[in-house]
Amino acid sequence: MNARELLDRFLLTDSRDVGCDDALAVLHVYVELVAQDPDAAAARYAGVAVHLAACGPCQDDFAGLLATLP
Amino acid sequence: MDRVAGPDEESAEWLRVLDPAAPDHDAGLARLHERLLAIARGELRRRHVLVSGPEQDDLAHQAAADAMLAILAKVATYRGESRFTTWAYRFVMLEVSHKLGRHYWRSAPEALPDEQWDRLPDRIGVDPHARAEARELAAVVRAAVAENLTEHQRTLFVEIVLDGVPLEAVCARDGTSRGAVYKAIFDARRKIRAALVANGYLPPREGESA
Repeated sequence: MNARELLDRFLLTDSRDVGCDDALAVLHVYVELVAQDPDAAAARYAGVAVHLAACGPCQDDFAGLLATLP
Repeated sequence: MDRVAGPDEESAEWLRVLDPAAPDHDAGLARLHERLLAIARGELRRRHVLVSGPEQDDLAHQAAADAMLAILAKVATYRGESRFTTWAYRFVMLEVSHKLGRHYWRSAPEALPDEQWDRLPDRIGVDPHARAEARELAAVVRAAVAENLTEHQRTLFVEIVLDGVPLEAVCARDGTSRGAVYKAIFDARRKIRAALVANGYLPPREGESA
């Protein structure tokens, strides 16, 4: 990937991104769904999935919560 | 969002014991705190933070204590959409993030002089040997930032993207929410990209006009 492509990827935003507040509000529900059926979770909470892919702090919280599931 | 018929057995037991009228309420609080502390300790280890020993344990205690307060204040809003513990541990994650953000400033690296823009190519993964390309990229983004962002967006973009200050550390220092800072950076990226598409540096995506 050349510099322009990397820059394009870095700058690209997704209008489906729900933002931190909405993602964190359903994180407990989303994480259990991911553990059961990741595809269903991504389809049902597309905006949350998009957000977690773009937001490092929320991704950290998600990964931590996922690690606590039995 | 799903609304389940009711909490599972273990979750219902947590709700029962968190009721101040429960005869074993105090024991329940102690048990919950013990769980939260274990989760906070585990999370700090998982994140491989540059804090260890008693200092790390102190952060775990702070996170567990503040998560406990949040849980007790909000337990009435728990609607059984997940296990109670998943709902509760979310507060631990948020507190761990917040404590680490605050802790960052206790040992933050000194700000590097100038040349911030020289770091942009590295931040987005451009091969450091592609110097001419990297210089051009930094120059066009710098111009787009200067011409299109508000002062607030410029400050956050430089601090978080170029200087590498963790977003959560900015939130802790400024007393702002993660969502507000993320939104500012999100809008900054969108505006910079729109400017670079408009000047022909980046190609438009489907549905975008150059």
